[in-house]
Amino acid sequence: MQQNLSSSDPIVSLRDVQKSFGPLRVLDGVSFAVERGEVLALIGRSGSGKSTALRCIDRFEKVDGGEIVVCGHRVDRPDVDLRALRQDVGIVFQSYNLFPHLTIEQNITLAPCAVKGMATSRARDLARKVLAQVGLEEKLHAYPEQLSGGQQQRAAIARSLAMQPKVMLFDEVTSALDPELTAEVLKVIEQLAADGMTMVMVTHEMGFAKGIADRIVFMHRGKVHETGPASILTSPTTPELTQFVGTGNLKS
Amino acid sequence: MSLQLDFPAVLERWPSFLGGAALTLELAAFATVLGALFGTLAAVGRGSRSPLIAGACKVYVETIRNTPLLVQIFLVYFGLASLGLKFSAFTVAVAALTINVGAYTAEIMRAGFEAIPRGQIEAAEGLALSRLQIYWHIILLPAIEKVYPALTSQFVLLMLASSVCSQISAEELTAVANYIQSDTYRAFETYIIVAVLYVILSLVMRAGFWGLGLVLFPRRRRLGTPL
Ligand SMILES: Nc1ncnc2c1ncn2[C@@H]1O[C@H](COP(=O)(O)OP(=O)(O)O)[C@@H](O)[C@H]1O
Ligand SMILES: [Mg+2]
Repeated sequence: MQQNLSSSDPIVSLRDVQKSFGPLRVLDGVSFAVERGEVLALIGRSGSGKSTALRCIDRFEKVDGGEIVVCGHRVDRPDVDLRALRQDVGIVFQSYNLFPHLTIEQNITLAPCAVKGMATSRARDLARKVLAQVGLEEKLHAYPEQLSGGQQQRAAIARSLAMQPKVMLFDEVTSALDPELTAEVLKVIEQLAADGMTMVMVTHEMGFAKGIADRIVFMHRGKVHETGPASILTSPTTPELTQFVGTGNLKS
Repeated sequence: MSLQLDFPAVLERWPSFLGGAALTLELAAFATVLGALFGTLAAVGRGSRSPLIAGACKVYVETIRNTPLLVQIFLVYFGLASLGLKFSAFTVAVAALTINVGAYTAEIMRAGFEAIPRGQIEAAEGLALSRLQIYWHIILLPAIEKVYPALTSQFVLLMLASSVCSQISAEELTAVANYIQSDTYRAFETYIIVAVLYVILSLVMRAGFWGLGLVLFPRRRRLGTPL
């Protein structure tokens, strides 16, 4: 359900979100909000519930309790219009998930044409535009397997951008890449942030999070354990975050 | 013991042989196209969220895969007849072969669907594609590509198995051979020729599927990856 969205409402807000997988309580009262144009970094140990929180925002997981509002959609409600929600939200995964049988151009034009009914010629122009944004114009007619991991991830970002989402979700998008390729992907995300895109990203790149995030959410055992501006990474208040950033996670 | 072969006596019936071979190919072509469609739908049905649809598809697939083709043909033939419906032997044969190969197609396509990584579907869902659009644009071709050799072999097997349609006097290659050998009393020669013709038909079908593969999977053509 789309409520009237005033420009001051957060783009994403979670309130007291609960989620269990069987007996395992993965999210235990998670709350945070992302304002328009803000970049929020979700950090924490493996298994702390970061991916689950992110996936709840795009309703890849159904929550057991609490409230999630994304661009005016009540995501926690069973009657949420999934396709409307997902036109407002772009999501990029660690494993790129480009469609292997389609060229990069076809990967990008598919959703605008099929979902929004965009004319093919307009969608092709759009594909060029978003590929230029991620520095891959020359790969328009290549197939995904002809691209390096970093290029595939940038193409996946371009594919999401072509739907003109109001918010982008990134789940450890550089974890499968070596440092050099990581850098080229992070550069693209930095540029998006500079252009004012609202973003929620799960990341292990602490130096990057520190440089780009307006807000940090540190998750620990399914709870938001500590949150604040990027400066909490250099002066954490809880022993858990101190330990987390101290264990060599904070590279610059 | 001496083996005396008289091929000319049999070969002078070549128009009948060719007619039978053409009909066999025609039967196989119809049953392949219809069975591919029908079987793919049944494979989709087996993954349905409705237990009724999923169950019906499973019963269909398992029943067909555990009964002989000849019995299935008789069931369709006499079943339709007992309902008072009259169809040509050709139509009955196409129907029975379609039902038969549809079940095998369903099983093969299900394996193809299951081989599509979950992440592909999530990526498509994340782009707001509907379930139908995801099947059509994201799952179908890669699934076919993954099982293409198994699938096309099944259709060639179907063409060979269509020889049992001679039992309901569809005038396909084996039926024609039966007439010719009883006319000429040259059974061995007749069936040697028939065997050669079946080999040729198999090769024709395999060549056709190879060509179709080039059209269906342009990526393989571009990158030079064999199937
Ligand atoms: N679909 C699922 N089924 C069962 N358990 C899951 C599922 N997804 C995640 N989990 C479990 O939930 C916990 C949190 O996972 P996740 O949100 O992926 O953590 P993170 O992204 O912080 O590493 C882990 O223990 C994980 O094994
Ligand atoms: Mg994770």
